[in-house]
Amino acid sequence: MAFLARNKAAKRAGPSSHVSFLKYADYRWLKIASGFSALTILIYALIDVEPRHSGNSWYGYTLGTIGAILILWLALLGWRKRSIKPGQWTLKSWVSAHVWLGLSLIIVVTLHGAFQFGWNVHTLAYVLMMIVILSGIYGICAYTILPKQLSSNRGDMTQVEMLDNLRSIDRQLHDATQPLSTELANIIGASLNDDPFSGSILARLKNQYPSCPTQYAFETVGAASRSKASDNADDIVRAAQLLSRKVTALANIRRHLQLKAQLEIWLYFHVPVTFALIAALTAHVVSVFFYW
Amino acid sequence: MTSTYKVAIVGSGPAGLSAAARAAQLGMYHILLEKTDHLSDTIFRYQKGKHVMATPSQLVLRSDFDFDAGKREKILQTWNDQAASQNVQVRYRSEVTAISGSPGAFTLKLADGESINAEAVILAIGTQGNPNLMRCPGGDLPHVEYQLDDPTAILDEHITVIGAGDAGIENALGLAADPEQRNVVTIVNRSSDFSRAKDANVKALTSAAEEGRITILTETSTNRIEPEHIVLDTRDGELRIPCNRIIARMGSAPPRGFVESCGIEFSSKDREAFPILSPVFESTAPGIFVIGALAGYPLIKHCMNQGYDVVEFINGNTNLKPADEPILETKFSKLPGNRSVDEWLDVLRTEIEILRDLTPLQMREFTLDSDVSFVRKGDVIFDRGAPGSSLFNVASGGVHVQVNPSDPSIVVPIGTGAMFGEVGLISGRKRGATVVAAEDSILMEIPRNSALKLIATVPAVKRAVTRVSIERQLLQLFKAGLSPSDIAEVVESAETISVRAGESIIAEGDESYDIYVIRVGSMVVERTIAGKTVFISYLPAGSYVGEMALIEGGRRTASVRAAVKSEVIKLNGDAFRSLLDRNSALLERLKIDMATRKDVNAHIETMKSTFSDVADMYSSVASFLVENGIGEATDVLLIDERLCVGCDNCEKACADSHDGLSRLDREAGKTYAHLHVPTSCRHCEHPHCMADCPPNAIHRGMDGEVFIDDTCIGCGNCQRGCPYGVIRMDKVPPKKPPLLNWLLFGSGPGPGEPNAKWAKKHGNPEAPKKAIKCDMCAGIEGGPSCVRACPTGAAIRISPEQFLSVSHMQKGS
Ligand SMILES: Cc1cc2nc3c(=O)[nH]c(=O)nc-3n(C[C@H](O)[C@H](O)[C@H](O)COP(=O)(O)OP(=O)(O)OC[C@H]3O[C@@H](n4cnc5c(N)ncnc54)[C@H](O)[C@@H]3O)c2cc1C
Ligand code: HEM
Ligand code: SF4
Ligand code: SF4
Ligand code: SF4
Repeated sequence: MAFLARNKAAKRAGPSSHVSFLKYADYRWLKIASGFSALTILIYALIDVEPRHSGNSWYGYTLGTIGAILILWLALLGWRKRSIKPGQWTLKSWVSAHVWLGLSLIIVVTLHGAFQFGWNVHTLAYVLMMIVILSGIYGICAYTILPKQLSSNRGDMTQVEMLDNLRSIDRQLHDATQPLSTELANIIGASLNDDPFSGSILARLKNQYPSCPTQYAFETVGAASRSKASDNADDIVRAAQLLSRKVTALANIRRHLQLKAQLEIWLYFHVPVTFALIAALTAHVVSVFFYW
Repeated sequence: MTSTYKVAIVGSGPAGLSAAARAAQLGMYHILLEKTDHLSDTIFRYQKGKHVMATPSQLVLRSDFDFDAGKREKILQTWNDQAASQNVQVRYRSEVTAISGSPGAFTLKLADGESINAEAVILAIGTQGNPNLMRCPGGDLPHVEYQLDDPTAILDEHITVIGAGDAGIENALGLAADPEQRNVVTIVNRSSDFSRAKDANVKALTSAAEEGRITILTETSTNRIEPEHIVLDTRDGELRIPCNRIIARMGSAPPRGFVESCGIEFSSKDREAFPILSPVFESTAPGIFVIGALAGYPLIKHCMNQGYDVVEFINGNTNLKPADEPILETKFSKLPGNRSVDEWLDVLRTEIEILRDLTPLQMREFTLDSDVSFVRKGDVIFDRGAPGSSLFNVASGGVHVQVNPSDPSIVVPIGTGAMFGEVGLISGRKRGATVVAAEDSILMEIPRNSALKLIATVPAVKRAVTRVSIERQLLQLFKAGLSPSDIAEVVESAETISVRAGESIIAEGDESYDIYVIRVGSMVVERTIAGKTVFISYLPAGSYVGEMALIEGGRRTASVRAAVKSEVIKLNGDAFRSLLDRNSALLERLKIDMATRKDVNAHIETMKSTFSDVADMYSSVASFLVENGIGEATDVLLIDERLCVGCDNCEKACADSHDGLSRLDREAGKTYAHLHVPTSCRHCEHPHCMADCPPNAIHRGMDGEVFIDDTCIGCGNCQRGCPYGVIRMDKVPPKKPPLLNWLLFGSGPGPGEPNAKWAKKHGNPEAPKKAIKCDMCAGIEGGPSCVRACPTGAAIRISPEQFLSVSHMQKGS
């Protein structure tokens, strides 16, 4: 009875809610994290530990354990993001908790260490953690500000279409170069040989390409087209027009690459330093238990 | 030619070939007439190397020729060899243009002027039809062609492609692809845009034109053709360009005209109709038999079986049981009463109202597609709100429809012979009421496609379904304890009207007061406020509109136009008013609905005067979505680009939860005000992709998703049919090593769709390409993976009526 069986099908989750990860569930994780942080500060201020607050008081141990578990859990996001298993979870809710609980680490761990710093593995772990957290803060800023710009810049175009467009202009430029003088042809040739993906990470992040052959060709050929001296003026004008289109198309794709780089760059700190942090954290815990 | 063949078979596709083979085996004096110079033109024209599939697998092949799943080349080779070894008499280049005569003495006229005499004729010409021809002077010159097999083989030519549909554009692009070929390609389009072609093709064409590889001439038609030139009428006057070859791709005319000219009747005027046939495939022109795709059986196995059967019948074998008999036997085996297949078929046909006019052949066909089951008293057949678009019929017993969600004891009985479920069938929307078996019953569930075919082929069914569905839709819509007799007058006055996309049914300021029920499609309600058109609301199929003017009098306060091609039921205002006069409960109900609608209107109006920008935004976003086909969607993936960081985790998640192939293309698609409609299935109410699937592999599933099952034969029809370009044809890549191995040791290609190189290296090169599309993650706990995997909440899947509601728009902005 096919249709009877069908009625018993698993109920699915309702329509997805349209809110960002920061606001998820009406700021649930912000509330939890700030409540928790406030509580730790309050206890820190109220209790009296002898001789003074430190990592190895009972309260220090408690905060330390919470902090260590939290860090390990935060690191698990890298697995969650890639393990697409069935179940009632959303990555959005994970990231929401990750961000707000991650920020609460600043307070929990600082209080755990009770402001005692030195040139040792303990402080190293602390510094690494702060690097991860700072990069995370950059990350949420980027995630909040940049998507809109990325969207406006690309319009209805995909990255592949942008590249296709550039390639199509290049092909026309190649044909348009044939009747020109060797000198101009060489200048345009340099632009044709230029790969939009070349250039350093820094150039990409800043969107500055000082010795861009296309820009140079655009300026030189543009100037040549305005001085109507030569006898193949029409050809030069055509090349100049194509170069002007190429400059626009290139600017468009470079801005795209810049925004994408800005959206991704921080993860290249956030993730490797997380591994370093876990290593330092292990050393910190081991040294505390065995050598203290 | 004087000799008279016992049987002439027209068309050498799988159906005709198998018929000729049987005739040869039986020693019948036969001839197989084929239009082209090779066997089986439809299969011949599949793309090179295509993997041909042998579905349905449970059907046994009964033919003198072999057929098994495999490469196109191998199948054609086998048939060529067997045609020779079994002495099949083929006459190539023999297009039949007319058939006249009577049983025992038919004359078939051929295009080359010859004629053939035969006692009986088997028509197996498929559904390909003939390409539309160039009608201008010179249209019959030899360099006018209607097909392009290998664009790479054409070098150094001036070519004009006529017709800018997908076929024309693809040919033009192929001819101009390689500059080394030095072709000069011009494409001619009669209208000013390329509305008939796919977006991707149009984009490719425009960029080829920008690069100067192709010349596009729009608003242009052909004036005449000369041996080395073509003369075109353009907007700016006559244009004569050099031309060595003309490729005309102006669509094709279905073979129906020719078939009808042979005296064969079709079951109705609808485009989907097929010839009327007896159980032995004889048409209404006695002595002419119709089989294969032309008879409505597009699968190769069916075609071949029919070829065998029809010749046996013609040869006088009356005991032959159809090859699908065992399938029907298992179908009926679970029913009580121990009847034979023929008895069961007869019971179903006599008991079920809408099946009464069917021929035994049609009866078999529809039963094969359908589910017949025995249900016990109290069993739930389907629940209110469940998706489903099949049509149920009661063969014995009866069911209860629970019309009131809050009180299951209020039921409308449906007895033996009657149908239910038709509202879901017609609107494509979810079920409107729960249905429970009132006693032990036997039900027949006809799936959507077959039910639509039934409606299209049997006019009596169409009338019955229309009447019942209007009546039931009104009862369901207005509830309020109405009975069929209350609304009889209104139903009598009802008129079904089809509305083109964009066409209005109500215009602001009109004085009419009829009521409209949206039966198919969807509508948008708009008002003009301060000179601007403002979007008020979205009405999906199953809702009604127009009550304000009727209840309150006065002119129409808003316009209502179709978001997509729709169908409405127009209820006469006077008839409806007298119903309201008699029924105060109904009036109350309508007033409540009206009050909510007025609230929305007032709200938007204040919004418009105080936050004009917000209202304009709401309006323009709504129009954008409607323009992008959201009006026919049931569930659509949207990306809020204010949140999307471009990580493509959505695509990776889709691939990882579906055989390693992503069913969505995040970047592609249109964007407006940072709201992006990516290329991903919208699970249309009436899916265009379903229309022409030979094995009927596309269905609507239990969660409302449109999905493709494994019987897909990879023909690509659905891909061509989907206007949103969301179906891809691809082979399933090999399995990747587990995630942990990648995380720890970097083995395998990592999350997401594996790159082509890796897939090729580790994959099976023989694996067939199949149609791949979003299945809404049906059956996956937690729902759509793409949505769950989005770190920022940018990706949402939502139904249009939820998204287009005022409350949502406010939250979103
Ligand atoms: C791309 C594609 C892929 C497909 N893949 C599969 C698959 O994998 N498995 C499957 O089961 N089905 C598949 N199908 C469906 C299947 O190919 C057809 O339904 C089947 O070929 C129909 O067979 P037929 O004998 O009825 O007609 P056809 O195969 O269409 O043959 C008709 C023949 O008649 C000839 N003819 C037409 N008019 C005349 C005339 N007036 N005079 C003389 N001769 C004439 C034609 O030239 C042609 O050779 C596919 C279809 C397509 C388009
Ligand atoms: C010690 C604390 C933290 C650790 C160990 C940690 C670790 C990680 C790891 C392993 C990932 C997965 C990245 C990937 O695989 O792509 C991640 C992602 C992320 N982290 Fe942290 N993180 C910490 C704190 C924070 C903080 C404080 C913030 C924000 C203020 C933050 C913001 C993010 C965001 C937004 C992502 C999601 C990136 C994405 O999926 O696109 N993290 N983090
Ligand atoms: S594949 Fe295309 S036609 Fe079919 S349901 Fe999806 S969007 Fe609609
Ligand atoms: S709903 Fe599922 S199948 Fe559809 S696009 Fe999303 S992940 Fe892919
Ligand atoms: S997962 Fe979300 S943020 Fe990432 S690309 Fe997809 S929609 Fe954008």
